[in-house]
Amino acid sequence: MDNTFLQTFKIQGGNIYNAGKASTEIKAILKQLGINAKIVRRVAIASYEAEMNVVMYAKQATLKFEVSPSQISITVEDEGPGIPDVGLAMQEGYSTATPEMREMGFGAGMGLPNIKKNSDYLKIESILGKGTKVTITLNVN
Amino acid sequence: MYGEFHTIKFVSELCDGHMHCMRICPTQAIRVRNKKALLLEDRCIDCGECVRVCPNNAIIAMTSSFKDFSKFKYTIALPSPAFYAQFGKDTTPSLILEAFKKIGFDDAYDVACASEAVSIAIQEYLDTNKSPRPLISSFCPAIVQLIQIRYPNLLDHLIPIESPMEIAAREAKNLKMKETGLKASEIGAIYITPCPAKMLTIKNPLRKKHSFIDGAIAMHDIYPTLLQAIAQSNGSNDFKEVQGLGLGWPIVGGQVACLKAEDCLAVGGITDSVRILEDIENDKLKNIQYVECHSCPTACVGGTLAVENPYIARGRVLRMVKKYGSTPCQDREKIRGLYQKNFFSLTGKIPPHPVQPLDEEISKAIEKMQKKQGIHDKLPKIDCGACGSPTCLSFAEDVVLERVTLDDCIFVAIKKFEKLSSELLETVLRHSEKIDSNIEIITS
Ligand SMILES: Nc1ncnc2c1ncn2[C@@H]1O[C@H](COP(=O)(O)OP(=O)(O)OP(=O)(O)O)[C@@H](O)[C@H]1O
Ligand code: SF4
Ligand SMILES: [Mg+2]
Repeated sequence: MDNTFLQTFKIQGGNIYNAGKASTEIKAILKQLGINAKIVRRVAIASYEAEMNVVMYAKQATLKFEVSPSQISITVEDEGPGIPDVGLAMQEGYSTATPEMREMGFGAGMGLPNIKKNSDYLKIESILGKGTKVTITLNVN
Repeated sequence: MYGEFHTIKFVSELCDGHMHCMRICPTQAIRVRNKKALLLEDRCIDCGECVRVCPNNAIIAMTSSFKDFSKFKYTIALPSPAFYAQFGKDTTPSLILEAFKKIGFDDAYDVACASEAVSIAIQEYLDTNKSPRPLISSFCPAIVQLIQIRYPNLLDHLIPIESPMEIAAREAKNLKMKETGLKASEIGAIYITPCPAKMLTIKNPLRKKHSFIDGAIAMHDIYPTLLQAIAQSNGSNDFKEVQGLGLGWPIVGGQVACLKAEDCLAVGGITDSVRILEDIENDKLKNIQYVECHSCPTACVGGTLAVENPYIARGRVLRMVKKYGSTPCQDREKIRGLYQKNFFSLTGKIPPHPVQPLDEEISKAIEKMQKKQGIHDKLPKIDCGACGSPTCLSFAEDVVLERVTLDDCIFVAIKKFEKLSSELLETVLRHSEKIDSNIEIITS
């Protein structure tokens, strides 16, 4: 991937006010690059869900956003509790969201399944007590 | 977009390059070059915010004037329900309608009642259609354009229901054709508009061929004449008082108040509309049925061409709704029947109109994006606007697209100047040793 645009974003855990900002910027960049609207929407949904999981469950994270002519990838690496059972977390409806989070409209347990649905490749690596790394890739064509 | 035109015009001779418009434009569609504002047409959504703030009145809203309608044998005024809120509390909607007949119109026709009918149609659509949620109101042309430009994914969410303005004009024309024996083309339906944006849907409607409206006069243009006519009126009035919840349509939440569906939102202003549209695009609001979206922060009572303070006008609407809202002006079953006969439906797709990408070719676009990022990194990021672009990021883009050069940023220029002057000073000092020693050079 020689011709690659790269931008990184910092995401703060617990910061609901700024939640979704990285995804918004990513969307704006993709639109400016002339990426097909349907793909932009899939990236938007996937990156938004990944970003929100950091805001909800982790301390902080770096989101690395890369675009090449053939691929879009988003890597979110957080410092946080980690996910004890990734297979379980991937199941639709599974959630450990607190009542407060549910009050705000989160906790349907659909975030990770939605990322899966809206990406061409998804990898989740997690170390308990250290953090989680979510890698999402989409093909441009 | 509604075509290759906009409803606002920049008058270059009047422009002093104040930048008020550039700073307020919610889509960053304005630049100031050589002390003149200019419009990037592919980004303009005709919201009219620039018209409001220009201290020189150098930005004109393109509406019709009364003489444009001399070709019609019969003219009907259709005031936006927002117009009712521009007058004092004793001036009821029926008195306002009556006054139009005194200032040269042959008749007037109420639009609020059509708003109630459209609300019933929206509810029917929500109840019987499975299209993607939330549905978004399609009655503010500026919002429709915003979606065409920035949110092409959401075009399918725009509710395909005819606007109250069109429904009312169609009814008024049919009625008058029967009454007078005139042809449709001989009857002019003239909207009294709160904003230039409505002109878009009149000149070039989406999802249909022709508008039933023949032109629109700005609320603030007709207001003084009408006010005088009302003051001189002897109180005679052929109109029944306007009733129903349609009276609430020109304020934020007015549409939603007419619906039975509970999971609805109402939002005013581009900044907040953008936040909601972003959420919808991120699939976050799927539980919401209907979103009422207005470009103007206070919706149409505070349109660009309104007269009254928007909050006072809003208060008046609330009072009208309290007094006249509880009696419906439409028969729900009749409207449902009409709905089933497609009386309200619009067909066809709204085309997307995305802003030009940095380059048509993706690898070149990526290169330009890298360049833009590189330039932006070097800029002070204080969005001072002195370069004539609204933000440092938009300036970086303008440099990449070769609309300006990097030196147009005063901070870059100063640095360059500093470097140049210190080089110059060095040269001078070097030579001064050879020059007569009684020339004193002050450094620092
Ligand atoms: N970055 C993370 N760090 C720690 N735990 C996580 C992280 N991301 C997800 N999880 C865990 O996985 C579960 C499922 O996540 P998912 O995003 O699918 O649903 P949710 O966040 O609970 O609800 P929703 O995304 O629908 O609002 C979460 O409840 C949480 O326990
Ligand atoms: S909110 Fe109303 S007045 Fe304002 S631009 Fe939209 S339609 Fe026009
Ligand atoms: Mg989640």
